[in-house]
Amino acid sequence: MPRSAARLLFYVALVALAAAVPLYGDVFYTRLATQILILGMVALSVDLLIGYGGMVTFGQAAFFGIGAYVCGILTLNGVESAFVAWPAAILAAAACAFVVGALALRTSGFQFIMVTLAFAQMIYYFWLSLRQFGGENGLSIPSRNTLGPLSIESHVRFYYLVLVLLIIVVFLSLRLVNSQFGMVVQGIRDNQRRVAALGFPPFRYKLALFCFAGAISGLAGALMANQTNHISTELLSWQQSGNFLGMVILGSSGTIIGPIFGAAIFVLFQQIVSDWSQHWLFFFGLLIVVRILLFKGSILKFLAPSREPSAATAATAGAALPPQMPKAETLP
Amino acid sequence: MTLQILVEQFFNGLQLGMMLFLMAVGVTLVFGIMRVINLAHGSLFMLGGYFLAEAAERTHSLLIAVPIALAGVIVIGIVLELVVLRPLYARSHLDQVLATFGLTLMFNEAVTMVWGREPQYLSVPEFLDGSVEIFPGVPYPIYRLAITGVALVAGALLYLVLNHTRIGALIRAGSDKREVVQALGVNIGLLYTLVFALGASLAGLAGMMTGPLLSIESGVGDPILILTLVVIVIGGMGSIRGAFIGSLIVGIFDTMSRVVLPNLVSGTASAALVGMAVYVLMAVVLLYSRTGLFSGARG
Repeated sequence: MPRSAARLLFYVALVALAAAVPLYGDVFYTRLATQILILGMVALSVDLLIGYGGMVTFGQAAFFGIGAYVCGILTLNGVESAFVAWPAAILAAAACAFVVGALALRTSGFQFIMVTLAFAQMIYYFWLSLRQFGGENGLSIPSRNTLGPLSIESHVRFYYLVLVLLIIVVFLSLRLVNSQFGMVVQGIRDNQRRVAALGFPPFRYKLALFCFAGAISGLAGALMANQTNHISTELLSWQQSGNFLGMVILGSSGTIIGPIFGAAIFVLFQQIVSDWSQHWLFFFGLLIVVRILLFKGSILKFLAPSREPSAATAATAGAALPPQMPKAETLP
Repeated sequence: MTLQILVEQFFNGLQLGMMLFLMAVGVTLVFGIMRVINLAHGSLFMLGGYFLAEAAERTHSLLIAVPIALAGVIVIGIVLELVVLRPLYARSHLDQVLATFGLTLMFNEAVTMVWGREPQYLSVPEFLDGSVEIFPGVPYPIYRLAITGVALVAGALLYLVLNHTRIGALIRAGSDKREVVQALGVNIGLLYTLVFALGASLAGLAGMMTGPLLSIESGVGDPILILTLVVIVIGGMGSIRGAFIGSLIVGIFDTMSRVVLPNLVSGTASAALVGMAVYVLMAVVLLYSRTGLFSGARG
């Protein structure tokens, strides 16, 4: 299939491009690229929820922050091995996502947005009020985690580690959305009642996806703690959650890797605009508003696995997976 | 903890609750009729404070400054509705919340462009300075009583307008079945703008009155907006009665938990619990009812 071959080539070119960044030599750009990959990982998890699960969450920054704090607290208490601290961060974020999701998924639509935003704010205040973990000042970590005998203090080595982890996350996410689980979840997004009538309990499927996305954000949080050696409470703020939604919209939802481009746009926009104006957030807000008002569809829709919504629903009925049908491009 | 402190905190809670009500009415009316959640509502609260501080400094008279500032917030509200929100009515939830989030970012930065990053301060008007004894041994600031009173009057006026005028009947009808209202020949676009301006004015009023109690700075309305969303989740979406009762519950619960919890739980745990109390209350309400306490009830 030429289409999937083209997509494979596209992925390979992307990875090659990303792998070439440290060759530029300036560690500043390597660190910037690391930041893009980490934020992109969270934006990807938000896209799983929005683009595939139809759940518009306004609270993903909370799980990002939990991952960062758990990793940071463990590191400060002598658990320096990434093999312990990072899985702990992932588990903690997933566990919190389970509790928040179980409550928030009792609602839907606008209420779901408001409830996720409110619970994220609760988690924000929780960390803000704990003085032993820095309170409003955030938490500083003396050094990065260790990867067994391997040190990741080198920015270049850390960058490659983040890149490999992101590729794994992208691979797992693509596998997930194309699995039967992914078909059910997308079926729920398109028509929850029909999928429920077919015998798939929507609540459990949505909650599982919510936990998976939380786990990814938790990993990204642990990476962020290592990247900056300082956990700012900004990581959990509601603006941060909004920024992730902005990255998803700028990079196109329902595409898995589009939001990583969105994160790149966000980080580069910040870098470039803040050079000539301290009010870069004004222009980022303007960018989001203009993007939404002027373009109705997605910009990078061709990255999306091309399946008609009805095909996704049909697949949940136990039908064989439909062949990848070329779909009319809907570029704006 | 004495009875006096409890009484004082109860009145503070009442005042916070009425502030939240002024905010929640706007959000819930806009949701009820336009089916949009406006995250920029917190910005209108903030702009109310900034406009009043600026107008008061220039005119040296609250009597002139308040109407000017209120008019300013209403104009901003109308422009917002016409330019940004109207194209969003037919769009997805994601587009709507994200566009209004983008507006919040813009407003938060715009005020620092105009007024700088230093917070602005509003002083309590002289004739409301001082305190009265509301309960044996409890002196209470007159200003806080006054703004609770103004908010109550605004709420009562709103009740009268919604229930006893033609416009109010149209708003209630629009909130139930907007297509039918439109089919009956009502200019629904005008109604949308009107409702949005009404919500904006109440948010601006809340911002102006809260101004002297806190410093007015960029983003000051954002935590209040999120608390307002909690009110609406608890009270039920689109219900004004729910907004009223939800506001009082959240306002009083929040302030009371701040004095009661530290007495029940010791150490740092109490600080964490105090910050989380309102959200735990919301979780409990969600367990009891998925749609809040008063959804479906119109009033």
